[in-house]
Amino acid sequence: MTSSALSFPIIRTAGLDGMLVTFADALSEPSNRATLAFSAAVRARDWAGVQEVSTSLASVFLRFDNTALQHEALKDLLWALLEEQDWQQAPLPPGRRLWRVPTVFGTDLAPQLAEAADAAGLTEAQAIESLGSARVRVLTIGFAPGQPYLGPLGAEWNLPRQTALTPQVPTGALVLAISQFVLFATTAPTGWRHVGQTGFRGFDLDRPEPIALRPGDEMIFTPVSRSDYDRFCAEDSQYGGASREGIPA
Amino acid sequence: MSALKVLRIGPLASIQDQGRPGQLQRGVSRGGAADLLALAEGAALLRQKADLAALEMAGIGGLFEATAPLRIALTGAPMQASLDGENLAWNASHQMQAGQKLDIGAARQGVYGYLHLGGGIDSAVQLGARAVHLMSGLGSPVAVGDLLPCGADPGREVGLGLQAEDRFQGGALRIVAGFQSDLFDAEVRARFADTAFKRGGRANRMGVEMVSGGAGFAAAGQLNILSEIILPGDVQMTGDGKPFVLLREAQTTGGYPRIGTVLPCDLSKVAQAQTGLDLQFTWVTLEEGLAIQAKHDALVKALPATCKPVLRDPARMQDLLSYQLVGGVISAQADPFDTGDIT
Repeated sequence: MTSSALSFPIIRTAGLDGMLVTFADALSEPSNRATLAFSAAVRARDWAGVQEVSTSLASVFLRFDNTALQHEALKDLLWALLEEQDWQQAPLPPGRRLWRVPTVFGTDLAPQLAEAADAAGLTEAQAIESLGSARVRVLTIGFAPGQPYLGPLGAEWNLPRQTALTPQVPTGALVLAISQFVLFATTAPTGWRHVGQTGFRGFDLDRPEPIALRPGDEMIFTPVSRSDYDRFCAEDSQYGGASREGIPA
Repeated sequence: MSALKVLRIGPLASIQDQGRPGQLQRGVSRGGAADLLALAEGAALLRQKADLAALEMAGIGGLFEATAPLRIALTGAPMQASLDGENLAWNASHQMQAGQKLDIGAARQGVYGYLHLGGGIDSAVQLGARAVHLMSGLGSPVAVGDLLPCGADPGREVGLGLQAEDRFQGGALRIVAGFQSDLFDAEVRARFADTAFKRGGRANRMGVEMVSGGAGFAAAGQLNILSEIILPGDVQMTGDGKPFVLLREAQTTGGYPRIGTVLPCDLSKVAQAQTGLDLQFTWVTLEEGLAIQAKHDALVKALPATCKPVLRDPARMQDLLSYQLVGGVISAQADPFDTGDIT
């Protein structure tokens, strides 16, 4: 059986003490909406024995104490909850925020904008217009503390990962592949293309809330000049001049 | 406050505890000691809680000086250890006096050795734990000149030993199927369990490479899989179908498919396998896996009761050891306590 033969949603075990509820085998806005809404609903139920609830791009993961909650019993609870509504149409959970992040696209700060624009069949100016106006959602946080996967971007940005790794991009780098951004929360190698640079620190232990973003938050990467970017970074070493507002439920 | 001053240290020695479970939603991987059993053994030997932090030493130890009287325990990969020149038993607890020097050498078996302090190592708590996680920017390796401060230690007892479970020889790893196992043909899954693997050269706290002759273990549609949550113990196939067993410090999500998940109780065996050791995978059902893990958890819970005085009079132990070595009854290389014969 291959994944294409599966019908969704599907509930499967993960290791000895995990359960995974998957809404799709490809990323889409509705499948991500379903994971965010369903995970919020699972948390609200507060079932005894559930130790952790977390989302990935199109799945909700639960870790549980199987001495308090048996596998079959948890599956029954999850199926009953799944059947309560069409989760792909569910409203997004409350408490989400919209972040506007000043961003330099291209230049020596983000040297792969030109090749990404080329690959998407756009001029650099068109690419900046497209990427700089996109309102993207924090689809999931993963790989490293506080590091968001953002999207989905338009189909023209469905670019494959590079075959070779870029040895290092700096904290705050906005990289792109497969119709998604990742906003680097640390300095790391990547196979994604470095198209923008921000002064945004997604993870900083010196803050009361070290991890800035939550799944479901939304972001706009506003194009700014290099001189404005430098000023934002100097004035706000934490968020690089980003603003934050609540999204009405 | 008592502390150990670091006078010499191997590379990649770091402070570890049970890590940071429950923060996947924030992208924070569990991390913590590569050999959790060794952490529990040290806690049992010092009669303290298992959530305290200890020093994890990868392959080689270091030289440490006590600033004040303190208790220590040594567990995990057996390493040559001495206190002011007198050999010390591994898998045992000991007293150090101010100014005494503890010298820990290379691992004779296994990879990760642990130095525990009475009261635990009282380093800074970051995101709810003391465990160092380098890739996440949490803490840094222990360096020469560092002080390892002891937490409050209400305990007095030393001279206890235990018979450690031997997880340093490789062997069988029990594995359960998971949410991506069906991406692999039944033939591939069967061949995976029939294959004699060796621990490969690429290994760290995130994962351990398994090498074998013959074909790789690729999944159907391997390159198009949506990134999905990673669990400690997941066996991930890289692009060329080569397995890596992922440990607790692995990243929280990944796009390579996982054929199954090694039971938590067998992960110490993976982490402690030196390069070239034989390993193989044995499929077990979920029910079998749960029963095996429950039995292991019960043994860990019972560890404190298995700690016994190393000698009738712990105060004389170092003298006796030195006598044995001088008398040539045993070689200086072979520590009698290594065999588990500690009573």
